[in-house]
Amino acid sequence: MATTRHVVAKVGEIPIGGKKLTSVKGRDIGVFNVHGEFFALLNKCPHAGASLCHGRIVGLAEASEPGQYRLSRKGEMLRCPWHGWEFDIRTGQSWCDPDSVWVRRFEVTVQPGEQLAKGPYVAETFPVSIEDDYLVVEL
Amino acid sequence: MNVAVRESKTDKATPARLGIVDCDIHPSMKTKNEITKYLSERWRKHYDTYGGHLKQAYTGSMAYPRMAPDTARGDAWPPNGGPPGSDLDFMRKQHLDANNIEYGVLHPLRIGGYDERNMEFSQALSTAINDWQIDAWVGPEPRLRGSIYVPQDYPEAAVKEIGRRASDPRFVQVSCAPQSEAPLGNRRYWPMFEAICAANRPLALHIGGIPGHPPTGTGWPSYYFEHHFSNVPSVLSVVTSMVLEGVFEQFPTLRVLLVETGFAWAPPLCWRLDQHWERMRDEVPHVKRKPSEYVREHFWYSSQPMDEPEHPEHLRDVIDWIGWDRVVFSTDYPHWDFDDPAFAFKCKLTREEREKVFSTNAKALFGLP
Repeated sequence: MATTRHVVAKVGEIPIGGKKLTSVKGRDIGVFNVHGEFFALLNKCPHAGASLCHGRIVGLAEASEPGQYRLSRKGEMLRCPWHGWEFDIRTGQSWCDPDSVWVRRFEVTVQPGEQLAKGPYVAETFPVSIEDDYLVVEL
Repeated sequence: MNVAVRESKTDKATPARLGIVDCDIHPSMKTKNEITKYLSERWRKHYDTYGGHLKQAYTGSMAYPRMAPDTARGDAWPPNGGPPGSDLDFMRKQHLDANNIEYGVLHPLRIGGYDERNMEFSQALSTAINDWQIDAWVGPEPRLRGSIYVPQDYPEAAVKEIGRRASDPRFVQVSCAPQSEAPLGNRRYWPMFEAICAANRPLALHIGGIPGHPPTGTGWPSYYFEHHFSNVPSVLSVVTSMVLEGVFEQFPTLRVLLVETGFAWAPPLCWRLDQHWERMRDEVPHVKRKPSEYVREHFWYSSQPMDEPEHPEHLRDVIDWIGWDRVVFSTDYPHWDFDDPAFAFKCKLTREEREKVFSTNAKALFGLP
């Protein structure tokens, strides 16, 4: 199937640390705002099929020895609501099996409404006005 | 839309419209006072004034706080409020309908009488939890089946409760704590086994609870991780105790379903027991056959949490040893370590194996149509 571009949200709609669940071409997708950058992941955990995007947005906890832990990369990891598998929201890579388990990700771009009005974009579920900026997912 | 309910159209990987028997669903109460409706005035007052006396220092919390609130899937909190597993409509939508559950067997947790130190109160709680299952779940939802909860460390009360429920086919099993005060093969529990056989139900042993002694053989774990795992080795002791005490010689029709214990440990446990039996059988002359023979004849295993060998096909070898008629499917809904029927088995199953594990084994075990 040919790739098409879909307007999924107004930029201001998803605050930093927030997310929006949407559906594009029958696929459930989560769009995330990580420190001002936008990423889109398939709402299906590659481990056991859970609705991954319902999980908590967390940081990375690492420990060099028992009791000595450090937290980093706050807001950049997504933890599956079932078994707790963690994924890097930027890349879709899993933390516990990074070589072989990835969640599918999609390109997200920010486009001004003025440009979108010219097409060719699929925005059937989303009214676009030329004054705002929009998030466009490609799949 | 902030509720994760899988639409059945995306359900392609589920066994083609095979109705599933889920042997482990956890219903919970909307509030802790929901139980009082099922207690007599005497025990309601006791509950209000003194509460429960469990076998740990804290009655209102867990000794090992879970990594997920209420031990639950993050997406299982009902949209209308209440804890996960407390809303029948939401359970229907998110689990029973979505996963094509033909029958679901209930294992209520927390308030059940297993771990209550006041013996008379443990009896009252068991009766109450059994009434509650019928009233709140099994009555309104014909796909659900109940467990006869019994206070195993008050065997006279356990016998009485089994007798009271035996004529109700909506209760498909008897349930007690696997980590009882003494190892479960102990003679003190035999009257209970006798009643279970008379009621023609399997005994279900679901891991967990607050046993009052460490779940390991070597003391208290430091971490929830360690505690969570220790449920598995603790059940090896239960199996060993029941076999070596001669329970199955005394009760040849007793069937035991181990719930949430895994099963890949069963072959090596039996190899070792058989080896020791060859050398030390004169110490236990009542154990007339190889331990593995009792285990193969008397134990069933629920599937969740699925054992996941690096090479998925190795799981087949394990089940070949245990017997394809001995593994019954379970999800553990709504807990965080839930197994989805479409993803639980990483190895390929034949159609016949799939039907057995997901449906007919459990139907045969519980006598379901």
